Amino acid sequence: MDNLFILLLLPILGALVLAFVQQVKTAKQLALLVSLVSLVLTIPFLVNFVPDASMQFQQRFAWIPSLGIHFHIGIDGISLPLVLLTNGLVPLIILGAFSYDYKGSFYALVLFMQAGLLLVFTALDAFAFYIGWEVALIPIYFICAIWGGENRIRVNLKFFIYTFLGSLLMLAAIIYLHLQVPSADYELTSFYQLALDASTQRWIFWAFFLAFAIKMPIFPFHTWQPDTYTEAPTAGTMLLAGIMLKMGVYGVIRWLIPVAPLGVAAYGQFALILCIIGVVYASIIAFKQRDAKRLVAYSSIAHVGLIGAGIFAWNVQGVQGAIIQMVNHGISVVGLFFVLDIVARRLGTRDLAAMGGIAKPAPVLAIVFLAIVMGAVGLPLTNGFVGEFLLLMGVYEYGIWYAVFGGLTLILGAVYMLSMYQKVMLGNVNVQTETFADIKGSEWLVLGIIVILVIGIGVYPKPLLNISEAAVIELVDKVGLIGKN
Amino acid sequence: MSAIITLSLLAILVLYLGLFKAGRALLPISLLGLFATLVLYITQWGVDAEPLYSGMVLFDHYAIAFSVLCIFVTMLVMLLSKDYFDAASSHVAEYYALILFSLTGALLVASFHNLAMLFIGIEIMSVALYILAGIRKKDFASNEAALKYFLMGAFSTGFLLFGITLLYGASGSFDLAAIKDYVVANPQGVSPLFYAGILLLIVGLGFKVGAAPFHFWTPDVYDGAPILITTFMSTVVKTAAFAGFLRLFYFCFVPLHDFWEPVLLVITIITLFVGNITAIVQQSFKRMLAYSSISHAGYMLFAIVAIGPAAAGSVLVYAGAYSLASVVAFGILILVKRASGSDHFEAFNGLSQKNPYLSAALAIAMLSLAGIPLTAGFIGKFMMFSGALADYQVLLVVLAAINAAMGIFYYFRVIVSMYFKPMDREQVMMTAQYKTAIFVAVLLTLVLGVYPALLVGLI
Repeated sequence: MDNLFILLLLPILGALVLAFVQQVKTAKQLALLVSLVSLVLTIPFLVNFVPDASMQFQQRFAWIPSLGIHFHIGIDGISLPLVLLTNGLVPLIILGAFSYDYKGSFYALVLFMQAGLLLVFTALDAFAFYIGWEVALIPIYFICAIWGGENRIRVNLKFFIYTFLGSLLMLAAIIYLHLQVPSADYELTSFYQLALDASTQRWIFWAFFLAFAIKMPIFPFHTWQPDTYTEAPTAGTMLLAGIMLKMGVYGVIRWLIPVAPLGVAAYGQFALILCIIGVVYASIIAFKQRDAKRLVAYSSIAHVGLIGAGIFAWNVQGVQGAIIQMVNHGISVVGLFFVLDIVARRLGTRDLAAMGGIAKPAPVLAIVFLAIVMGAVGLPLTNGFVGEFLLLMGVYEYGIWYAVFGGLTLILGAVYMLSMYQKVMLGNVNVQTETFADIKGSEWLVLGIIVILVIGIGVYPKPLLNISEAAVIELVDKVGLIGKN
Repeated sequence: MSAIITLSLLAILVLYLGLFKAGRALLPISLLGLFATLVLYITQWGVDAEPLYSGMVLFDHYAIAFSVLCIFVTMLVMLLSKDYFDAASSHVAEYYALILFSLTGALLVASFHNLAMLFIGIEIMSVALYILAGIRKKDFASNEAALKYFLMGAFSTGFLLFGITLLYGASGSFDLAAIKDYVVANPQGVSPLFYAGILLLIVGLGFKVGAAPFHFWTPDVYDGAPILITTFMSTVVKTAAFAGFLRLFYFCFVPLHDFWEPVLLVITIITLFVGNITAIVQQSFKRMLAYSSISHAGYMLFAIVAIGPAAAGSVLVYAGAYSLASVVAFGILILVKRASGSDHFEAFNGLSQKNPYLSAALAIAMLSLAGIPLTAGFIGKFMMFSGALADYQVLLVVLAAINAAMGIFYYFRVIVSMYFKPMDREQVMMTAQYKTAIFVAVLLTLVLGVYPALLVGLI
């Protein structure tokens, strides 16, 4: 049952069927069913996974033989957490969209995107990676531009062109690398073995870095992000922040740093500084936001900045922290956006000034929201703590001042998150919030699962860390050696 | 050769059918004849090709592949033509006959082995088109298009002919093999006449493929001609012109690559930017497609700039992808224009609500033209980029990447109109032939996008 190809194919088949479903109810049930089957099919990979550094469950088919392109996929300790994250979050996101009456085409796009994301996280062939990278982009564009807010057309076109330009440069770099490979293929391992000279690697670094930095996004390539997140429908925001942003992070770990280590040696510090600037800058701006969704969007830039810093520090703690924090951030941010969606739907506004005192009429929501906010802030015994602790340790090893500024995320994060919590939940009730209905049904289910994950991973993160440990140690070791030569 | 004879006879037969008022038989007979030609071509695949008729034509794999593509796209265009021509004029047979004549010329251009044949092929192809562009006798735009096309075409033919003459003067032959031998035999001492000849040929062929700065006729002609003729021009004729262009350069001029590469490189870069920047500001979907066809010519020129063994395959894939997407785009434009009377972007507003499948087809065509993965258009761009990078044209590829991102602006405008700008409108109706043609083209676009090995590496 651990056939990776089937795991990738299933969402596409589901999407093809769902594209023709017009009834809202059938579409909901079918979409949830497909996503749950995907999740169940992920379990064998988790069970049969051997926590060493090897690439497992590999499958390789000839795709375009005359161009040396293969459909090569596989899972190792670095990709497994992200595959789990994708297949775990998609059912939650679909369930979270049940409050809206979307037709089958909406769920078809979500599932299609899931397939693209899975391909990105499992591809061992650069061409397949690029295909997944773009395939994930098309559906989210349509999701955000069809079901989004008022400015959706302009905002999403900017988002699309921005990311598309970045990825085209990456494509050029991929083709360039392919032309240097003696065996004339696009294999990840062939790219790893290339020992290009330093000046070439610097170009390769920029081509890849731009694509990944725009996607993550790292300051100053983040300008598309707040608008896109804010205008997107909640399910779209969850997909963007929960999973899609991890594509960029994963790309840096899997492709950028091992393929162009000398480029990283030259510009890695610069990239790290950009990440840290992003942390501080986004935190300060987040504090000033009145729109709750926008606030979380900026917080996401801050979080991903710290993740990026941990990676560019390139040591075991940093990368381990990045991987676990990707999972944690995915869980937390989906929870945050879901709670804000519930609140915004009932009040008809996202303005923080119009909220307040919701904890009184909706105590259950207040408690789960508190747990999720604590996870996002990184309080000990919640999921966020483990990741941020490791990340800061990694950055500290790189340089103490980076860690000091990066560590601001904990303090600033607590400031803006708690002040948001206070504005939404505490204080006096107003006319609007007086009659606020507490969560029920599918809302309860989604938030319940998220809270369990937030606390579960916070209390006992070891299984998750074990998955990636061996792979990270080997990768850091291998690339570290190349970098020093 | 029997294929070309069949096709010529078919065109004459169709002309006579019109004389005997057998209007209903026109489409079936044309399609049948085209299909027979297609089969005749395919049976020649794998046969050892020899130059025929004193070295006039050579039906090698290259010629067969491009010919089959041209014939297939013509069949799709014919399918779209059924009620289009009926509505446009009472002399329907001329349309069919002229398209078939033009196709005959296109096939000769794809398979020439002698410069005289290249010239004759281009003329057969173009003369029929001059008439087709102006076939709406009472429409000013159509007349303007025909006149412009004719004047510009005649002008460029002059360059072409002059170039051919100079090549002849230097090498003493019209035969491709003889010219190649001349170039190979004189690696350093090629006559200056020959260089001048190459430059004039670049100008002449640049006119024919619509490359900047020789592109001024394209927007007006594409815009003014009846939509279906524009479809034919921008797909079959363009494919054939590129096939001829590449065939000549790959056959004869590779040893002089260093001489003409910078010239073509400049032309390519100008073409990319001119096509893209002017396409962005267009308000009419038809005119946008006309300008975007210039930028596509720019991408296809990559293969000639970075000429090599992979060039033929990339032009074939690119031309195929572009033709399929264009057939869909123009076909749907015909339907929308008939329903709403306008070919502006606004005419597409709200199309997705009443015609979800039609909109999806157009969206896929636009994604293919924009070069998004899982469509044939991406594979075409990918191969062009690969070829250019293999020739170390890094700057060209970076500029092309910027242009491809610009392309999103105008290709997505119609998607934005269809999907994100709701409007009450009537459902667009279409005939079974339209459904077939659009379905086949979209299906092939996706199949080639997902599994390109079917076409890549064929030649």
